[in-house]
Parts: sequence; structure tokens; C-alpha cells
Amino acid sequence: MSKEETINVTSKEPLFSAKNLKLLTDPLGRSNPVTVLVLGICSALAVTVKLEPAVVMAISVTAVVGVSNAIMSLLRNTIPNRIRIIVQLVVVSLLVILVDQVLRAFAYDVSKQLSVFVGLIITNCIVMGRIEAFALGNRPWPSFIDGIGNGLGYGLILVAVSFFRELLGAGTLWGYRIVPSSFYIANGGVYENNGLIILPPMALILLGIIIWIQRSRSKNTAKS
Amino acid sequence: MGNVVGIFVKSIFIDNMIFAYFLGMCSYLAISKSVKISAGLGVAVVFMLAITVPVNYLLYKYVLSNGALAWVSESLRGIDLSFLAFIVFIAVIASIVQVVEMAVERFAPVLYSSLGIFLPLIAVNCAILGGSLFMQERGYQTLGEAAAFGLGSGIGWLLAIVGIAAIREKLSYSNVPAPLQGLGIAFIITGLMGIAFMCFMGVKL
Repeated sequence: MSKEETINVTSKEPLFSAKNLKLLTDPLGRSNPVTVLVLGICSALAVTVKLEPAVVMAISVTAVVGVSNAIMSLLRNTIPNRIRIIVQLVVVSLLVILVDQVLRAFAYDVSKQLSVFVGLIITNCIVMGRIEAFALGNRPWPSFIDGIGNGLGYGLILVAVSFFRELLGAGTLWGYRIVPSSFYIANGGVYENNGLIILPPMALILLGIIIWIQRSRSKNTAKS
Repeated sequence: MGNVVGIFVKSIFIDNMIFAYFLGMCSYLAISKSVKISAGLGVAVVFMLAITVPVNYLLYKYVLSNGALAWVSESLRGIDLSFLAFIVFIAVIASIVQVVEMAVERFAPVLYSSLGIFLPLIAVNCAILGGSLFMQERGYQTLGEAAAFGLGSGIGWLLAIVGIAAIREKLSYSNVPAPLQGLGIAFIITGLMGIAFMCFMGVKL
């Protein structure tokens, strides 16, 4: 789980150098925060019944991780080590309050569906984990990139799980009907939605299967 | 009174923190390899939920919610501080964790030696913050209901972590496909346990 690479970025380096791009793309696959590092599952799965709240949640988490990483990286030399957890919690919860207020103002329906899970971004292990493992030892820009990358990696899993759950559970994607309504038994067809898949436990089983597929494809990440 | 008992039982079995809402999954997966250790963590979670939910309930009712400050002075009736709930809740949780840790260390050294290492972890456990947020979201009416909800959720979490730890102990003798070992199979087992717990959904309370 430790991924404490300290990167000495010189100030002349371009914004999207190869090293920074790697920070952005690594968490999408090889070191995905959810499936490989086992972070941030807490608030992840409950929002994956439909695609839309999952995408909104992914964007919110990405914004919070990126900005909080950048802020903590700016503050890293001025905070005494002993009180850093409290400072992190304050910074993160301020950002989450902002996100929550923005969602309430511009996407009220989705914000209602996400209910307590927006607030739970505060204790999402990805946020604290990336601050501890990366932002406290690196400069602001790479930290920001790392945060965005990890947020996107988390979002990728969320979208993958919610894609299958909405498609199989309701026959729709983003609220649009994919399975034609004439296929359903009620309309004389042969198809029926899988009611099991929208229940909470199936999210866990789907995620287990995603991890299985990912680990069997990349040999080096298989570990207990 | 019947309502309080109903909320208590419901929060253990039907609205189980892990199986219905996936809260506290990080520590649930990381610290569920032996029954003894996971029981220690579970007891610590029960303890913290039973304290923090009622405290946050009082704070929310008398300070944060819309018009709550009217008991101080009529002129403050129009103030709505509920947007501060997140930061107040997490601050209360972090400080209670700190205080409880010191108190337990001073007055109950035996308990401290078994709970001690878990207490700091708990400040960032989603189940604890989730308990307070659900309390706010569902609008429990009395302190008794909030306390019953906190205690019940904690016990539900304890049940879940001890259950999976027991299964994972046995699992080390099984022949699980290599890529599925560890995390993957833990998720699938949790899912199956969740399906088992769903049979409580029919219970009318």
C-alpha cells in the first residue's frame, strides 16, 4: 500500500511532463486507488445504482482530492507534524462543504440522491491517504495532478459498477432507455429487469468481480 | 419507548452500516483477518458511535439546525447554521476520540491495552461520521432515539466485522483462485453476507 515516491520536480519542468502525466494515468489502472490500494470504498458503492449520481460523485471526489492535495502541499512546511490530522480534516471538510453547497444550488435532485455520501467524502480514505502519502512530500502541482488522477481512478470504478447496475437493473443508462420497452414481459416480450442487481450487496459482488478481472490481467498486483 | 426499541433493532439488522450503506469499509477490509483484533475494533466503534451520535444530536438540535438558536435569544431565530454540520460533526468526533483515548488510558488501562491502538484510527472511520450524518438526515425526534440509533449501528458494525473475520480465518484453508485472493473474495463474501442479512428486511418494526 505504501506509495511514497518523492519526486524532485525542478521549477523549469513543463506542466505536463512525462513524469506528471504518469502521475495522472497510473491511478487509472496500475495503482488504482479502489481496486489495488483498497482506499475509499466506504462511500463509493452506495451511489452506484444509477450512472448519473455516480458521475457526479466521481467529479466531486476528484475536485476535493485534487484541491485538498494542492492546499496541503502548499501548507506542508508550515504545519507542525503533531496536529496535521486536524488541519487536514479542517481543510477537507471546508472543501466538502463547498462542494455540497454547489451541488445543492445547481444539481438539487442528484444532491438529494447522494444524501449523506457527499458529507462522507470527508472521511473518504482516498482523500486522507493521498494527502498523507503524497501531498506532504511533494510540490503543489504534482500533488494536484496526483489528486486528480486518483479521483479519476476512483471515478472509473464507480462508473464501471454503476454502468452494469443501471443497465441490468433498470434497462436504462443515464435515465435513457436502452432495453426497448417492448422486450419486457409486461408488454409481451421475454425480458425482465434483474431486481437483485440494484440491491446493495450486488455492488460488492460486482466490485469483487472487477478486482478479479483486473488482477488476473496484471500479474504484479496480485497480493493478499 | 417501542419506537426506540424499533430504531435500535432496525439499525442493527436492517439498516446495517456495512451491508446496507457500505460505511466503514476501509477498516472493515483492512482489519478483518483475525476475530480477536476485529472484535477489539468493533467494540471501539460501538463505543464511539454510542457517544458521538447523541452529542452531535444535541449540537444539531440546539445550535445548528434552522432556528435552533431561538433558546438563546429571540433575535437569533432566523439563523440557519446547518451548512456547518459537516465541519462541526467531524471536529466533535476528532476531539471526542482524543478525550476518550486519554480518559481510557488514565482510568481503564486494561481496556486501553485492548482498544488503544484502534481509537486514533476511528476518527477517520466513515461509519462514525456516517452515524451522525444519518442522524441528521433522518431527523430523529428525541435524544433516546438518536442514542438507540448510534448504539444499534455500532453493534451492527461489530456483528459484520466479527462475522467476516471468522469467515476469513477459515478461508485461509481454502483454495481460492490467485487473482481473487484477499480483496476480491472479501468483497464477494461481504456481498453474500449482505444478501443473507436482507432477510431481515421483511421484519415490520
